[in-house]
Amino acid sequence: MSKLLEINHCRKQFGSNEVLTDLSLSVEEGQVLSIIGPSGSGKSTLLRCATLLETMDGGDLIYLGNYAARDTDGKAVYAPPAELQKIRGMFGLVFQNFNLFPHYSVLKNVMEPPMLVQKRKASEVREEAEALLEQMGLADKADAYPYQLSGGQQQRVSIARALAMNPKILFFDEPTSALDPELTGEILRVIRSLAEKKMTMVIVTHEMMFARDVSDWVVFMNGGVIIEQGNPREVIDHPTHERTIQFLRRLQEK
Amino acid sequence: MTVMTMITKMSEGLGRTCAIFFLTLLFSLPLGLIVSLLRMSKNRIVSSITRVYISVLRGTPLMLQLLAVTYGPYYLFGVSVSREKLIPVVIAFSLNYAAYFAEIYRGGIESIGRGQYEAAEVLGYSRTQCFTRIILPQVIKRIIPSVTNEVVTLVKDTSMAFTVAYQEMFTIGKQIANSQTSFLPFVIAGVFYFIFNAIVGFIMGRFEKRLSYYR
Repeated sequence: MSKLLEINHCRKQFGSNEVLTDLSLSVEEGQVLSIIGPSGSGKSTLLRCATLLETMDGGDLIYLGNYAARDTDGKAVYAPPAELQKIRGMFGLVFQNFNLFPHYSVLKNVMEPPMLVQKRKASEVREEAEALLEQMGLADKADAYPYQLSGGQQQRVSIARALAMNPKILFFDEPTSALDPELTGEILRVIRSLAEKKMTMVIVTHEMMFARDVSDWVVFMNGGVIIEQGNPREVIDHPTHERTIQFLRRLQEK
Repeated sequence: MTVMTMITKMSEGLGRTCAIFFLTLLFSLPLGLIVSLLRMSKNRIVSSITRVYISVLRGTPLMLQLLAVTYGPYYLFGVSVSREKLIPVVIAFSLNYAAYFAEIYRGGIESIGRGQYEAAEVLGYSRTQCFTRIILPQVIKRIIPSVTNEVVTLVKDTSMAFTVAYQEMFTIGKQIANSQTSFLPFVIAGVFYFIFNAIVGFIMGRFEKRLSYYR
C-alpha cells in the first residue's frame, strides 16, 4: 500500500497559542482513519491544515509524493498556487455545516464544481452526478434547493458534491455534529458504504462506536499532539493512556 | 397658464429626469461594488482612502457635490462651464450614490458566512469564480430591500439638479412656479415622483420575488 497523505512535524500556532505541536500522521490508500479527542485538541485545525484552509507554521504536507508544503529550516514553505490547485483536486472535504450553495439546486451543487474546475462536459458530469445522488438516496431531490432538505439530506448532498470531483481522499469534519441523533445514522451508513468501496477517508468524529466499527486506524488527540493511536479496538476498547481512558469514560457516562 | 400646459411643459423635462436616474444607476451600482471591495481591501492605505471617500460623500450634501462637480473646474482651473449639464450632474450623482451602495454591498458581503468561501476554495474555485458565482448572487438577494430604498431616494433626489439649472422636470416646474406665482407645479411634480416610484417599487418587488426561490 502506498502513502496517500503524509503530514510530518506539523506545527500550528494562533497567536501565542500552540494548537498543533510536532504532529505527524500518514494515511494509506484505502485506509479509513478516525481522529477522536476532546474539543480544543486540534482535530479540526489539523483537518483544516490538511485541506489547505489553514497554513501550517512548520512541517511537510505531502499528497501522493507531491509536496503541498515542505519544511525548510523549521518553516513550512508552500508550493506555488498552480501546484496547490492540482493538489486540491486530490482531496474532498465534508463540512460539519454542509456549506451547500443555497442558490443552486441539488443537481447544480453537485455538477458545477467538476464542470467549472475540471472543465468536464456537462453531459458526462450530469450522468455521474445523477448516479451519485441515486447512491445517496436522493434521486428525487435533484431539483430541490438545499433549504427544502433535512440536515441529513443536505449532508448527503455535500458528500455527493465532494465525490463528484473524484477525490483520492475524503475528509469529514464532524459530519454528524450538526444533525439530530435520528439523522446521524443515515450519514454513518453512507460513510460505511464508502468504506466498503475502499474510499480513503479521514474522519473527525465524536461517534465512538462508529469510529470503532468503520475505521482501520484511530488517532486520539489531546492538546495538539497525538497521544495514542492504533487499531480501533485497542484504542477505544483498551486505551492505555490516562487521558484517553478519562475521555472515553466521560463519553460513556453521557 | 392652464394646468394642462404646466403638465406638458414639465413632461418635457421628464426625459432628463430619467436620464439622470438611469445613468446614475448604470454607473453607481458597479462603481459602488468596486468601492466596497476597495473598502474591504487588506491593504491599509487603500481601505483608508476609500473610507475617507465614503465618509466625505455621505457626510456632505449632494447639493454641494453637484455645485462642486459642475462649477469646481471653472474655479480651480478656469475651464469654462459647459452648457450641457448632464455630464457633471451624472458624475456627482454617481459618485455620491456609489458611496451609499458601497456600504450596502459591504454589509451584504460581510453577511455571507465563511463556510461558503471555504467550500468553494476546497472545491478548487478561483477567488473570482467564488465571488461571481457563489458570493455575489447571494449578496444581491440580501441587499435588494436596502437598494430599493436608495433607488426610491434617487428618484426624488433627481430634483436636486435644479441647483445647477439642469432643465429636468423639477427645475422646469420651479421656473413655472416662480413666473406664475403658483404652487401647482410642485403638486404636479409630487404626483410625477409618486408615479415614478410606484413603478420603481413594482419592478424591484418583481425582482425580489424572482430571487425568492431559495432562502
